Amino acid sequence: MTVAADLVVPIETDSDVVAARQKGRELAAAIGFSTTDQTLVATAISEVARNIVSYAGRGRIELTRVQEGGRRGLSIVACDEGPGIPDLELAMQDGYSTGNSLGVGLPGARRLVDEFALESTVGVGTVVTLKKWLV
Amino acid sequence: MAVPVLKQGDILIASMQAAVSDKELLRLRDELAERVGRHRARGVIIDLTALDVLDSFATRTIRAIAYTAKLRGAEAVVVGIQPDVAFAMVQLGLSLEGIVTALDLEEGLAHLRAPDR
Repeated sequence: MTVAADLVVPIETDSDVVAARQKGRELAAAIGFSTTDQTLVATAISEVARNIVSYAGRGRIELTRVQEGGRRGLSIVACDEGPGIPDLELAMQDGYSTGNSLGVGLPGARRLVDEFALESTVGVGTVVTLKKWLV
Repeated sequence: MAVPVLKQGDILIASMQAAVSDKELLRLRDELAERVGRHRARGVIIDLTALDVLDSFATRTIRAIAYTAKLRGAEAVVVGIQPDVAFAMVQLGLSLEGIVTALDLEEGLAHLRAPDR
């Protein structure tokens, strides 16, 4: 089922990364997440949004309130039409980086949320989906 | 908005704002090394009290600032990392290995002014 995003933040520059994580924190607070979880969500958004700026140049972050069998949560989708990731398994390895980074971006973001999905097609783009559930 | 840097005796204090961008962090990194020489600073405090997110990029840049200050002869102390931020950094797998940290500005100043340092 496709749900329209509550909020779409276009990502192109480093200040958009800051804007996206602020919006994410606000929505997480509105859903009822603790400040600790708000920080985890904001940090995860910062990582995936920065990946867009560093590797794809531009893209967007979609923030959506989700509900699934009695639980409520937040879905964060980072999409871009960038070069794509040739080796997904390698990209998910701690310490691996093709750019000028620590290589914790994707594997790190995964540890901050409850659900994580990565889809990427070389020459088409990348979609990273993160979900955090309210406990 | 540039990161404000205050001078207190021979200590420089850089206070990050909540919405600090990557470019501002990089500018601070580039300027601080020069300011350590200009002010003959012996210590640098990087105050992160206002920061609500410390991601991998910010951590790497703060680490670079601290190491650069050290190479210029000033000891760097990172202060004010908030509890939630610290927890998120651990989850993310980030650390500030080899860098002195202190609870807040007061503790950071006390560390740098300790006579036996």
